[in-house]
Amino acid sequence: MQLEHLVSKFQQKDVKSFEKLYEMYAASMFGVIYTIVKNKEEAEEVLQDVFVKAWKNSSSYAAQKGRFFTWILNIARNAAIDKIRSKSYNQGKQNLDATFFVDIIESYDNLDTKIDVTGLNKYIKALRETCKNLIELLYFKGYTQKEASEELKMPIGTVKTNNRKCISELRKSVLR
Amino acid sequence: MDIEKYIASGILELYVSGSLSEKENQEVYHAILKYPAVKAEVEAIEQAFMNLSEAVGNRENNVPFSTIKNKIDAKVVELEQIPQRNKWIAYTGWAASVALLVGSLWLFTENQQLKEEIQISNTTNTNLEDQISKANESAKKMKALNAILRAENIESVALEGQAIAPNSFAKVFWNKKDQLAYVDVAGLPAPPDGKVYQVWSLTLDPLSPTNLGVLEDFDADENKVFMLTNTNNSQAFGITLEPEGGSDAPTLAQLYALGVVKS
Repeated sequence: MQLEHLVSKFQQKDVKSFEKLYEMYAASMFGVIYTIVKNKEEAEEVLQDVFVKAWKNSSSYAAQKGRFFTWILNIARNAAIDKIRSKSYNQGKQNLDATFFVDIIESYDNLDTKIDVTGLNKYIKALRETCKNLIELLYFKGYTQKEASEELKMPIGTVKTNNRKCISELRKSVLR
Repeated sequence: MDIEKYIASGILELYVSGSLSEKENQEVYHAILKYPAVKAEVEAIEQAFMNLSEAVGNRENNVPFSTIKNKIDAKVVELEQIPQRNKWIAYTGWAASVALLVGSLWLFTENQQLKEEIQISNTTNTNLEDQISKANESAKKMKALNAILRAENIESVALEGQAIAPNSFAKVFWNKKDQLAYVDVAGLPAPPDGKVYQVWSLTLDPLSPTNLGVLEDFDADENKVFMLTNTNNSQAFGITLEPEGGSDAPTLAQLYALGVVKS
């Protein structure tokens, strides 16, 4: 079934279509959330909240505003960031400048390559330092191009072209 | 439009990550509708990022869809299978009753489905009504609060976060004429279970605290502004964390915020 059709059925509260969308996106959204909260149980909790929220607010999605993937990605990273924000608040800590993606990549980097079940290593190898930071800001923290350009002290045009190069490298490593 | 140049500009990657402005999103959306090559590129970028995310998550997600389904409380009415009749029952009477049975079952499920749809709509309605009344309530509260804070004889005292919570802050708006102190504690963390914030009026020389009251139901009040009576000639205000019910004297080790009255 076409994605557009699936999404529109989902917006009409069709549970079967919702289930299909869940099967398509749950694993990647779990990855995004896990990268941010860094705890499996909490990531599963947030994942449930994210999809329940998506169901309840399905009418707020509109194709003109962006991809369905982008819409749910936005809900996921906001929920995950909220989660760690409330946690660090309770502990009286302020660690909101934390790096999610760079951390998780590094933690995997230290692992034995033999247990590389999901083939993450090939992605890591494909990514240069700039790429890790760009992907961190744009995909995991939801920065706008302007915010990313300020944070990395890079003109907007460079953010765009560098990010394209990074994603191209990712795409090549997928094909391999 | 030069499609290749457009794709090479990197705008589509930013489209997928949600980093563009609303106007740029519209533009890309129209390009996707118009040019299949743009659509294919967007899908490939999305796929690359999905693969990466799945890999970092190690595909360890164990939440089955049924968990989500239970949470959204939307039951799917499964059509019951009608058992097949054996060939030897050739009587028209049987056939007619089978048809009748099928018909009524169909009507029954149809009816159930409609009922369920009504129920879902009703719940949505109640939710929306709830949201509206909550918003109204909150607007009313904000208005009242504004009126209080704008009164001319009000004294505003900033309370700075202390050693235990240096990032916290609070404010006291003191109406001397009406002998009321409005304490704004939106900048304090929610108190742990079994603990409450207690507000103190202080005179500085000699240092002596007077209890103004405890802030009950911290979580329930979304504006986090509490009204307390203050008949004292306060020179400063302090907020401490105390066991439920409050204490007779402030626990200074748990001093969260402190500020001196300027005049």
